[in-house]
Amino acid sequence: MIGRQMTGSSWLHRLPAPVKLLLLVAGGAMIFPVTDRSLLLVCLAAVLSLYASLRVEGLRQLLYLRPLLWLLVFFLGLHGLAGTWETGLSAVLRLLVMVLAANLVSVTTRMDDMINAIRPVFAPLRWIGLSPQKPALAISLVIRFAPVLLFVYGSLSDAYRARTGRATNWRLIAPLALQAVRMSENVAEALSARGGSRGLARCGKDTPQTGRALRLSTNEKG
Amino acid sequence: MTDRSLVQIAFYAALIAALGLLPQFAIPFLAGVPITAQTLGVMLAGVMLGPVRGALAVLLFLFLVAVGAPLLAGGRGGLWVFASPSVGFLIGWPLGAFAAGLIMRATRRFKVLPSAALAALVGGIGVVYLFGIPGISIMTGLALTEAAIGSAIYLPGDLIKVAITAVVAETVARGLPQALLSRA
Repeated sequence: MIGRQMTGSSWLHRLPAPVKLLLLVAGGAMIFPVTDRSLLLVCLAAVLSLYASLRVEGLRQLLYLRPLLWLLVFFLGLHGLAGTWETGLSAVLRLLVMVLAANLVSVTTRMDDMINAIRPVFAPLRWIGLSPQKPALAISLVIRFAPVLLFVYGSLSDAYRARTGRATNWRLIAPLALQAVRMSENVAEALSARGGSRGLARCGKDTPQTGRALRLSTNEKG
Repeated sequence: MTDRSLVQIAFYAALIAALGLLPQFAIPFLAGVPITAQTLGVMLAGVMLGPVRGALAVLLFLFLVAVGAPLLAGGRGGLWVFASPSVGFLIGWPLGAFAAGLIMRATRRFKVLPSAALAALVGGIGVVYLFGIPGISIMTGLALTEAAIGSAIYLPGDLIKVAITAVVAETVARGLPQALLSRA
């Protein structure tokens, strides 16, 4: 479970994540009311040149956004049917700029840095008596168990194919949900047996302990 | 919040992620429109976990998407999805899960199947489209009616997901009654 981040140490990688996020939010707010097409084209050229400053690797990132292009063509088509294709063109240009800029921040920022940059948002949790550690635990649980659930679905699907000779079926989602619920019971018990999330938090700020506790609990499940 | 609730929230967030990454379901009479099971996970979270935990599970999932985990259907992820025309639908997801949970709770005297179907229909389609369609309109400059027409291609798939949610909730309620936390 890894993101589609670019590896590397370009100037955009070195820029601190909070700075990039603030620039992105400020840029988004500034471009949102713009409707002038030539100005939007200039912005688009600017964003594309930022991609180009990351060389071939950077330009390759643009390829991953191809599915979006079809969506934009579709919306442009709807505008055309409604006879408002000029508004549509500015809207599509603006969307392109915003999406490309947001994607640029995502691909040049490691997930850990991104989480750390957003962590201050969780600080108010303390005021209502919640530990800000809890979201961190929840995040590691999701990252750990999304692939496990995919694996469970794979086994269910194999068994179904062996029984019926047919390909996968939506019916398997019911046993998948049941397995997920059972597994979550086991993990919750394993967690409280190890002192709960409070106990894990006391082990240190970082989460290697969490990781170990969770690995143990999955091993027990066998 | 107890540790148990925290783990449940995390597991449903993981379930939403896993459902989005499953191979797309072949639904015969909908050739051409990709149907992924991701919004099924959103409906299930509200129906199974109840309003607060269901909405939190969806929010947790969206947070991971925002920080760059490629968990949205088709392996999408990163900040750009929140700048795309579908952002309204993403905003509608946690609110839809919340509404679905509320409806499950309010109709606890009914049988699970009709109650879950109603919850998924109102929360997973009604509330989600209520935010999704204006979202398209704001982001693309289309009029609301055109945005609604454009979204209508997803409606048959979403109706099928409502039916699946109801059947899954019924099955889980039979196999593991205490797992239907929205009514616990």
